[in-house]
Amino acid sequence: MDGDLVDADLRAGVRDVSPLLLGIAPFGLVAGIAAVNAGLGLAEAVGMSVIVFAGASQLAAIELIGENAPLAVVIGTAVVINLRVVMYSASIAPHFADYGRKLRAGLAYLLTDQAYAISVAEFEENPGRSRWRYYLGAGGALWVVWQIGTVAGVVVGAGVPDAWGLTFAVPLVFLALLVPAMKDRPTTAAAVAAGAVTVVAGGLPLNLGLLTGAVSGIAVGLLTEVVGA
Amino acid sequence: MTGGTPFLDGSIEVWLAIVVIGVATYGFRLSFIHLFGRIDEVPARIRRPLRYVPPAVLAALVLPNLVTVRPSVVATLADERLIAGAVAGVIAWRTEDVTATIAGGMVTLWLFRFVVFA
Repeated sequence: MDGDLVDADLRAGVRDVSPLLLGIAPFGLVAGIAAVNAGLGLAEAVGMSVIVFAGASQLAAIELIGENAPLAVVIGTAVVINLRVVMYSASIAPHFADYGRKLRAGLAYLLTDQAYAISVAEFEENPGRSRWRYYLGAGGALWVVWQIGTVAGVVVGAGVPDAWGLTFAVPLVFLALLVPAMKDRPTTAAAVAAGAVTVVAGGLPLNLGLLTGAVSGIAVGLLTEVVGA
Repeated sequence: MTGGTPFLDGSIEVWLAIVVIGVATYGFRLSFIHLFGRIDEVPARIRRPLRYVPPAVLAALVLPNLVTVRPSVVATLADERLIAGAVAGVIAWRTEDVTATIAGGMVTLWLFRFVVFA
């Protein structure tokens, strides 16, 4: 527990994640702006960013809240979006297996796409690291920037005219994540099917279009995988 | 989404949504981190469909915001959001940079909304 070593691992996590912070800051900003536009207050916007702390699901939930979708649809859609985190949990779990229950429970809270990606890469490359401190540095920095971005977005969003269409930045953020997620034929087929079904199902009652489209896309991805094999 | 309509049933429902989504998401995060030792590996039955969650969900979030089906093909395609989305898509593909994608898409949207289609 040498003080300098503690700082070195934590700092390394912060340092390695900083390029990603440049992408997270505008994402958080957009979450704040979208929250204001949907009629949420500062407390609700920040509360969501702290309690949920998962950008894509937050933006989808905010959009549905703004459209007065039923509570069950808001929750169901956000939950489906966050299912992917189970994959990260499974993949990072062996690296945390030596730690106590409480520490693992705390570390789990900071598990995001970015913290996962950067930490697992480092754990494999540099086994000498204090894994939890490195991960805490990366995940903690992401958390802080996400909260600051949300607050700034709420403040900025309240002052910008609707005609500028700032909430259009929301689908743009998703687009920036979607393109690299289309890695091969099945994932591309999943995306194309989900997009098409959602557009066509836009008229479904209760804002069920998104959920229907997403589930259809997953089915088509699996089907393409089977057919292609 | 741009209308700024307040949530009809007010703050309680918003908070309920936030807490339920938050608890579920934390459960997903904790799942295998907690279980590890008892379960060594994600069963293939769970792993396979999860692989398609990101592309499917993200596409479902993006497309309705870019495309509105209109009576004619021209009216459907001559939409500033679709054009801005196409430009942003190319930027995302070439740079894989979130900030550049947002900037390119927003500038294109404004160009068509305030100049070309104005």
